[in-house]
Amino acid sequence: MISRIGKTFKELKNKGRKAFIPYIMAGDPSLDKTKEVVLLFEECGADIVELGVPFSDPLADGPTIQRASERALKNGVTLRKAISLVKDIRQMTQIPIVLMTYFNPVFKYGVENFIKDAKIAGVDGVIIPDLPPDEAEDFIKLSREAALDTIFLLAPTSTEDRIKKVIKASKGFIYYISVTGITGTTLLLDGSMEVLISKIKRYTDKPVAVGFGVSTPEEASAVARVSDGVIVGSAIVKKLYESPDELRRYILSLREAIK
Amino acid sequence: MPALKELEEAFFYSKKDRDFQRKLEQLQKTYIGRPTPLYFASRLTEHLSGAKIYLKREDLAHTGAHKINNAVGQVLIAKNIGKKRVIAETGAGQHGVATATAAALAGLECEIYMGSEDMKRQALNVFRMRLLGAKVTEVATGSRTLKDAINEALRDWTTNVLSTHYVLGTVFGPHPFPLMVRDFQSVIGRETKRQIIDAEGGLPDYLIACVGGGSNAMGLFYEFLNEDVKMIGVEAGGKGIETGEHAARFAGGSIGVFQGCMSYLLQDDDGNVLGTHSVSAGLDYASIGPEHPYLRDTGRVRYTYATDDEALSAFELLSRTEGIIPALESAHALAEVVKLAPGLSKDEVIVVNLSGRGDKDVQHVARIKGIYL
Repeated sequence: MISRIGKTFKELKNKGRKAFIPYIMAGDPSLDKTKEVVLLFEECGADIVELGVPFSDPLADGPTIQRASERALKNGVTLRKAISLVKDIRQMTQIPIVLMTYFNPVFKYGVENFIKDAKIAGVDGVIIPDLPPDEAEDFIKLSREAALDTIFLLAPTSTEDRIKKVIKASKGFIYYISVTGITGTTLLLDGSMEVLISKIKRYTDKPVAVGFGVSTPEEASAVARVSDGVIVGSAIVKKLYESPDELRRYILSLREAIK
Repeated sequence: MPALKELEEAFFYSKKDRDFQRKLEQLQKTYIGRPTPLYFASRLTEHLSGAKIYLKREDLAHTGAHKINNAVGQVLIAKNIGKKRVIAETGAGQHGVATATAAALAGLECEIYMGSEDMKRQALNVFRMRLLGAKVTEVATGSRTLKDAINEALRDWTTNVLSTHYVLGTVFGPHPFPLMVRDFQSVIGRETKRQIIDAEGGLPDYLIACVGGGSNAMGLFYEFLNEDVKMIGVEAGGKGIETGEHAARFAGGSIGVFQGCMSYLLQDDDGNVLGTHSVSAGLDYASIGPEHPYLRDTGRVRYTYATDDEALSAFELLSRTEGIIPALESAHALAEVVKLAPGLSKDEVIVVNLSGRGDKDVQHVARIKGIYL
């Protein structure tokens, strides 16, 4: 059966459009606010929502999301609470939701229980940036059984062997990191991204969404032209923290740019 | 990940590469000052009136701790694979100083990440690193200590992976680091074996070492794993396990996955990593090199802990009885000797790894005693 994420990409493809995937950290500044922002994302035309789970040591994240993670942890937000939040949000919307969490909270929760609870709550897919596919056999197998999408990451430095592994392990979409490094890094739009994405596309027709470093509508538009979807994280988290009043207009401008 | 693969290949190549091995041996001899002495601590032995106590004097290695053994090895590999820059994390500053030293020796650019809390505690080492030409970058996120410095170094490495090698300072992290660091530190145990046979005509009864990440312990133990020698690893008991303020992963932790490896970890019920405490910055870390749980679970090595107070008292004891000021890290191993030796017979032999010298801790200890220098 095709997943909700798969269906979203398919419909977009038929319309010749690209996915807009905004990110938000669960519990920053509060779980109620997160719910409100997820609904705002949908209202502004987002296709999929990426929901961050706070962690004490967010290795793949830059300073903006690190600080959001610290704030959320201070508010007592945990993986368990993030899953409950999804359950709560599901009363209001059916927009596909992808959880981004580090592996240790999942490990401590118990991989099997996590997948079960996430699925019941209405989570559609999971990204675990510090779990490479070689180490993810159980996680992939159990997720397939539960029909939960597993999204793995590729970087500009990924070898051919790696690309093939990630393609095989990924379901829903493939997350292409636009730059080597961490979230919120400056994006380089020099044409190399197009080359690398077409390299991935040689082996698969699974959708490829690009994240890490996209912050302006111009960048989003450029990235949309060469990929199947655009993920915007740090810039949204920053806007929500520094000038929440401008968030709606900013989200709309991104949506407008991603065609 | 391609970087780990490249590193693994370069490391295995270096083991067979005669030029590399010759160069490493030459530097160990003429630059690091190896072999370091194995010293019979007669006054300490007399004081405790039990087993004979020998100290493996890693404190006499260049830069004052065993950390240089690994730093020089990794920097040589980095240079061989064409890296222009090395980075490292540091807690107490010893590994940062060792890496900055090795980078200066090899003519590589060097950046050291250090938690802002640790920078305050170890201001002297910060200045030493800068003197050696390294850039010291403050890490002001998370708990602002060693684990956060590792996070930041890993972030740097993923960003600058093409030009940069990450000199991880202990037997932790993703493969091949635990293996490679053990390999560079195992010179400690190889020398000790020769030296104790020369001195005593046989193997020791006990080996004792402190365990933060666990590299000095692995370095001493590895050569003896298949011998009939008892081994004890000593973690930081901080203010006591019951207070929650400690870094005793075996006594207070559970299995977790952190910074690229699975091991014992001090964590809460939701899998977030807990803050740790130890009087010694070098042992103040939430996880432990993954080979130690293996050695513990197979019963090969016994692990215990020493509290801040026990370590401080051993710190003073060695200073007074032997004229050797140990690093606070090593003082944890000595605290176990103080407990163990009196109950053993006079013909039994203990070798304790004196992994570093205490100059860096003098100010800190003075402050604890209420003396402001």
